[in-house]
Amino acid sequence: MPPFRRLEINEVGDVTVVRFRDHKIVEDINIQELGSEMFHLIEVENRDKLLLNFSSVDFLSSAALGKLITLDKKMKAHGGTLKLSNIRPEIYEVFAITRLNRLFDIKDDEADALAAF
Amino acid sequence: MSEQWIWRCDHVIPSDTMAARRVLDEVLQALESQHWQQRDVFSVHLAMEEALVNAIHHGNHLDTAKHVRVICLVSPDRVRIEIIDEGGGFAPAAVPDPTCPERLHTCCGRGVMLMKAFMSRVEFSSVGNHVVLEKDRSEAGQSL
Repeated sequence: MPPFRRLEINEVGDVTVVRFRDHKIVEDINIQELGSEMFHLIEVENRDKLLLNFSSVDFLSSAALGKLITLDKKMKAHGGTLKLSNIRPEIYEVFAITRLNRLFDIKDDEADALAAF
Repeated sequence: MSEQWIWRCDHVIPSDTMAARRVLDEVLQALESQHWQQRDVFSVHLAMEEALVNAIHHGNHLDTAKHVRVICLVSPDRVRIEIIDEGGGFAPAAVPDPTCPERLHTCCGRGVMLMKAFMSRVEFSSVGNHVVLEKDRSEAGQSL
């Protein structure tokens, strides 16, 4: 596995749990790098159960949402499952206002998400 | 009655996201030093982030010869931010609804909606290259 600069990767059973090293996901270059690392997990490493744990994230912009949407498309194209968890209320509000809470499967915490795979 | 502004800044920055980040941080620190609630600071952060990205990317097209002016005024109960770019502007009313089913999967086009949702007032100039964002300070326990 290559070193990941933006992500922390853990295996829980057959699920790949991803945490973010950045507390704020805003910078263009960081978002591009973060996207490349997430896409690598699906397209190169063929991981088909991915959980994004947002517990360390306290801010993200609409550019980061765009990257998550692309990730969702790639995961669906690979026949895998993507879930999100541990999203703080202000950020969940961003998902709700944009109705992306309907596109993504969002669980309250990691245990709930793992149990739902 | 004129507003009692207790903090202000007025910067002209190049079309560069790092320069925008410095102004954004300065404004957020001003709100935090006035003990604004975290959810208000989050709202201002999000709206300014989206407006600055629009000005730099979509307005000035990352042209470093063009500039963005950022004016911020803070009163005890309100923050007012003006962001002006040198681009040709746009028609905010013509921005498609990003929540309609056929656009839900598109990767961009949510910035204006988020500004309007998280701020108390958002006004664009007729040309569309000048946005005024205002946020009323929340009372304790008040939702977004």
